[in-house]
Amino acid sequence: MTDSSEPLLRIESLHKRFDDNIVLAGASLDVPRGSLVTVLGRSGTGKSVLLKCLAGIVTPDAGRIRFDGKDLDASTRADFRRRCSFLFQSNALFDSLTALENVALPLEQTTNLSDAEIRVQSLEALKQLELDAHHDRYPSQLSGGMQKRLALARAIVTKPELVLFDEPTAGLDPLRRNAVFTMILKYQRQFRFTAVVVTHDLDEALIASDRVALLDSGKMLFEGAPTAFTTSTDPVVSSFRDSAAALRESVAALRQTSAAS
Amino acid sequence: MLATLGRPFLRLLGGMGRMACFTVRSFAAVPKTRRLPRRLLRAIFEQGTRCLPVILIVGIFTGLVLGLQGHYVLNRFGSESLLGALVSLSLVRELGPVLAALMLVGQAGSALAAEIGIQRNSEQIAALETMGVSSEGYLVTPRLLAALIVFPMQTALFVLIGLYGGYLSGSAMLGLEPGVYWSAVEKAVEARDLTECFVKAGTFGLITIAMCSYQGFYAHLGHGTGARAVSAATTRAVVLSCVLVLALDDVITSFLLHR
Repeated sequence: MTDSSEPLLRIESLHKRFDDNIVLAGASLDVPRGSLVTVLGRSGTGKSVLLKCLAGIVTPDAGRIRFDGKDLDASTRADFRRRCSFLFQSNALFDSLTALENVALPLEQTTNLSDAEIRVQSLEALKQLELDAHHDRYPSQLSGGMQKRLALARAIVTKPELVLFDEPTAGLDPLRRNAVFTMILKYQRQFRFTAVVVTHDLDEALIASDRVALLDSGKMLFEGAPTAFTTSTDPVVSSFRDSAAALRESVAALRQTSAAS
Repeated sequence: MLATLGRPFLRLLGGMGRMACFTVRSFAAVPKTRRLPRRLLRAIFEQGTRCLPVILIVGIFTGLVLGLQGHYVLNRFGSESLLGALVSLSLVRELGPVLAALMLVGQAGSALAAEIGIQRNSEQIAALETMGVSSEGYLVTPRLLAALIVFPMQTALFVLIGLYGGYLSGSAMLGLEPGVYWSAVEKAVEARDLTECFVKAGTFGLITIAMCSYQGFYAHLGHGTGARAVSAATTRAVVLSCVLVLALDDVITSFLLHR
């Protein structure tokens, strides 16, 4: 029996190092059921490695991951993979497959559904993401935003309980960033999956998330509600939070200096 | 001195072991791979169509040259009537399997290594693993099985076209009676020659496609990153496959000749 009050996902003291580079040094995180949790952090602080440890792409050196009340190990990994989807920063779409074939791939390879059922469910997922008109196009024929939606369609077609988003807004302009976060929030509410989003976009994270965590030096320095994050007096949290203001001050100081000279 | 010689040897041995494990894992994934027949048909079509033109072109020219050279040499000894035997045995026992395999490595093998390398680079392989799909089963198994079918077929085609090339140069161009040429072919080729031909073709197919898939699959562990890693993996795949084909040809020939 699993305790329903226990978070869907619990990460306890995760460690990971690559040669001499310590990436995770005891990172812990609770992800409650049905919530959208955003993990913030500067570039290179190990956010993506944390997600990859969850997805099983990278093996942690030490620590514990619990999913739905069970420790994640070799015996429970297959069940976890059935119930979890991963949205890569690069989308990881198969460029030799059409949009429909990309979405159908997880159903084809992990279920015993008939071809007709797979087609119906894949077209339904594409329709929900407003891509049904483009089902016969290849990823390279779609815009960046459409590719992101296609990757999300592939992630949700298996009706996962947990979706992991790795830097979904990286490299996008502010308008597209907003659109992607709105899309994540919209479909997370619609399909009622639990979401873990890794990003360094503070504003969007604070608006869209139920909980926010800050990863720094391999550890979670903050974990809580977005309102608590905005009022935190922790020096690392405040320096991350106020980085835009700090940039504005630096630019203003530079302009003053150059005007004076 | 010992360390200088030993280190690359140990590295080579380790690489061979890893490739063997990779190939075994790919075959072991057969029962777990869903919709395998469909992917197998696609792999057969890709390998077959990709290589057909080059097999036809190289096959006809190999036969033409063999016919010309053979006629020139045999003419010295007044044995032109044996041209069919020379061309057919050269093609069936040696040139057919080896040259067809080298052409297939150049065409299908290099494309396969680059394709899988790019899929590794763009996280498509990682995506398969997060979906719970066996990446070896999905990407490699159908290609390996297809190679066991396509390589012998392409080799047979290469030999047939080569025989026709030998006929063109020996009979149509140099005046040898067609009946003499074809009857020498018929008398010379025995069942064990064909066995050697197909054993070589199947082995070369398996080993080269395994090598090319392996190099692409682990492109990220080699030298460089990104596009450079893919290009390095493709080069390694082609060079090592060609070396393996020639080395295995020697081993198989020695083994089958002295049975």
